[in-house]
Formats: sequence, C-alpha cells, structure tokens
Amino acid sequence: MSAIADEQIPNLRRGFRFQWEPAQQAHVLLYPEGMIKLNEAAALILELVDGERHVAAIVDTLRTRFDNVPGIREDILEFLEVAHGNHWLEFR
Amino acid sequence: MVTTGSNSARTPGPPLWLLAELTYRCPLQCPYCSNPLDFAAQGGELSTAEWIDVFRQARELGAAQLGLSGGEPLVRQDLVELIRAARELGYYSNLITSGIGLTEAKVAAFAEAGLDHIQISFQAADEELNNLLAGSGKAYAQKVAMARAVKAHGYPMVLNFVTHRHNIDRIDRIIELCIELEADYVELATCQFYGWAQLNRAGLLPSKAQLERAERITNEYRERLRVQGHPCKLIFVTPDYYEERPKACMNGWGSLFLDITPDGTALPCHSARQLPIRFPNVREHSIRHIWQESSGFNRFRGYDWMPEPCRSCDEKEKDFGGCRCQAFLLTGDAANPDPVCAKSDRHDLILDARREAQEAAPALEQLQFRNEKASRLICKG
Repeated sequence: MSAIADEQIPNLRRGFRFQWEPAQQAHVLLYPEGMIKLNEAAALILELVDGERHVAAIVDTLRTRFDNVPGIREDILEFLEVAHGNHWLEFR
Repeated sequence: MVTTGSNSARTPGPPLWLLAELTYRCPLQCPYCSNPLDFAAQGGELSTAEWIDVFRQARELGAAQLGLSGGEPLVRQDLVELIRAARELGYYSNLITSGIGLTEAKVAAFAEAGLDHIQISFQAADEELNNLLAGSGKAYAQKVAMARAVKAHGYPMVLNFVTHRHNIDRIDRIIELCIELEADYVELATCQFYGWAQLNRAGLLPSKAQLERAERITNEYRERLRVQGHPCKLIFVTPDYYEERPKACMNGWGSLFLDITPDGTALPCHSARQLPIRFPNVREHSIRHIWQESSGFNRFRGYDWMPEPCRSCDEKEKDFGGCRCQAFLLTGDAANPDPVCAKSDRHDLILDARREAQEAAPALEQLQFRNEKASRLICKG
C-alpha cells in the first residue's frame, strides 16, 4: 500500500460509528452486524478522525498532547494504514 | 465480533447483541426459515412500548448491536418509532428484511429516524428460482429495486443468501449480483438445520462436491476483490455438517447474544425455543434477571454441565461443546456433545446425513414450504 500523505483527510467509512460503551469501559467501532473493541491508543486517534482534520493535524494534536513521545507519528500512521486496509476508513 | 465477557457461570459479560424478532408474520414461505415450526401457535406480539422498554433495559446491560428481525419486520407498523427509540438509546440498528413491503419512502423515513444499516435477504440470483423458493412471484424484482434504493440513500448494505443444494451451484452469479448491487458485505450462508430447514434437511443439504466448488469460487472472487482494493467483503458460512469439530455456537451459551421473540420470550439463540427448557419472558421478568439469573440462560453457561468427551477436551474453550439445539434435535438430549464433533459417539448421524445428500436428496418440489397452514398442522401434530 502506498504511504499516507500528510495532507490526506481520513474519514470513517459510511456505516461505521465510533462511540464510548460504558458497559465495556472502552470505545468501540460499530458497523453492520459487528463491533470492534478499541484499545486506548486507537480510540485517541479515531476521536480525531472527523472528515475535516488532515493527517498532519492529527499527528500534531497528539504530539502536543503526549509531549513529543518518540515514534508517535509512526504509530499513528501505522494505525491509519491498518484501519484503511480493513476498510474502516477512507481517505480523500 | 469481539467478545469481552468471561464464560464463567457467575459473571456473564454483557449481552452485546440484542436480536428483536418483532413478529413471526411473513409474506414469504422459505422452506429453510429459522422460525419455530409451530410459530402460528405462539402468543401475542409485544406492543411498541414493551419493545422500547426491552431496548432500554438491554442497553443498560451493555447491548450495542440491535437486530430488527422476524418473520418480516416490515409487517410491524411501528418500525419508525422503534428505530427512533433505538437510535436515541445509542444502539447500532440493523434492519434484517426480505425487502418485501419496503418502499423508497420507508427507506428514507428509516434513515431519518436513525437506522444504521439494512440487510436484504435473497433466495437465489435467478428470478425464477428466487420466486419459487420465496413462494412469491414478485419477490425478486422487488428485492433488486429495494437494494438499489438502500444504496441510493447512503446506507451500508449486507446482502444475505441462504445457500443450499438448489442454488449453491450458481454462486458465481450470486456474487456478481451482489457486486453489481454494491453490497458492502455478502453473507453466503449455507443453510443451518433448525426450524423449517431441519424439517427439509434431506432436500437442502448440499453435497460435499457442491460445497467445495462454491468455496473455491468464493475464494477466487475474494482474491479478485482484494487485488482491486474493492471494499465488498464476502462471508462464506459452511454448514457444520461437513466439519469434524462443532462450531462455537453463539460464541457460547448466554455469552453475548440475547434473542427476544415476538411474544417476549427471551432465548440465548433463535433456535432454543425447540429445547425442553422453560425460558423466561420479558412480560414477567427484567432483562437483568433473565440474563444474569434465570435458569434457562445459566443452563449451559461455563463448562460444569459438560459430559465427556467434552469435559476433558482441550478444545472446549474454543467451541464450548458446539450447539445445544443441534445436540437436542439429533440425539434427543441437549446436554449431549454436538454430533458434528467426530469425538461424539453419535457422529454417525452426521455421516448418514452426508450420505443422504450424496445419494437420495428429494427434489425442490418436495420441500415443505413455511406457511401458516403447514405450521397449524404441525402444532396439531
């Protein structure tokens, strides 16, 4: 798969919904007849996927929030790539 | 689906999946229907307010996925109201329909009320066979029109085909149709043998050769879709009659699935009504009590109920001993090992069924179609 560019804008695929589930104490991704329980890192990224922020803005926001932890950009890109490969989200 | 609950009998996880079988009424007559044979003798349907109360209680326990099913759920006149309530409660709602009774106006009204997804079931990809199996001359054209309307309104769409010996050889045409209709997910579900399908098993079970061919063709299409980066996902469900190990039925009894039938009876799966167990009713008990404390839901939780060879089997945490309904239907005792398992001493029952599918399967015309008249005759026994 080709590398993700900074100016690309990810958005959840139609029919996918991201929400907090108190009973599971976790964020989940809901889609037709299915549900993925997300870990904290995935949830932090998906919270910022709103169809308006581009990749660089997502990276900057989390970098600021997490005080420039090393490797954060790579982790975010890797997650977005996996999520895109699974057709959870689309880029424009 | 990801499970979070433990399988311990003491602390069941949340019922993540709530299936609301709103009605047993249906304009179609599919001979593999999973509804009980005696559906015509069941009690009155829950009211709108009763259903909404069920949704609210189950949501509090952690249910997140809601299936609106039946019968044909579109027969209910209160669907918009039910969908709106489900959305307000935070459910992801799935309408599971034959498409019969759907109109473009309803597709739009449901979207406005917050419905997340529509699944349409087909009987076959050939108009004539589809209509024959459905018992309705207009079914196919209506389904195709409604599938297009569903996509036009921006929903994700699942197309469901129950496959069996009379339609499985056209699996290529089925997949082509689904791609043409822009399905996001395609369920190619080989018939499972409960309810009406069990009654018609000899006429429905595909042969091993048919099944292998269908799976091979499906894999070829999967590869083609993958190379194209196409989002359509093909889900192929094999009938466990050709397995040597049982399926992890419902991911374990009372583990994440809660089914409420039209009259409010709560079941751990769609077929459990056939078991000689008294299941609780939402008109008499809270969902919390039903899920956590009722004897019906605790009957096969955990591993303590298991006989040998399941009890000492190192795969019991993988398949939970298989399907209780299948054990009951085939051996007369729901606590027996699922005969699908080659370790079961009744595995011969499965081998016989395979042989029958190979050698002596009845024709399509000999199937018992699912309708009220047949159901009444069956209840009279």
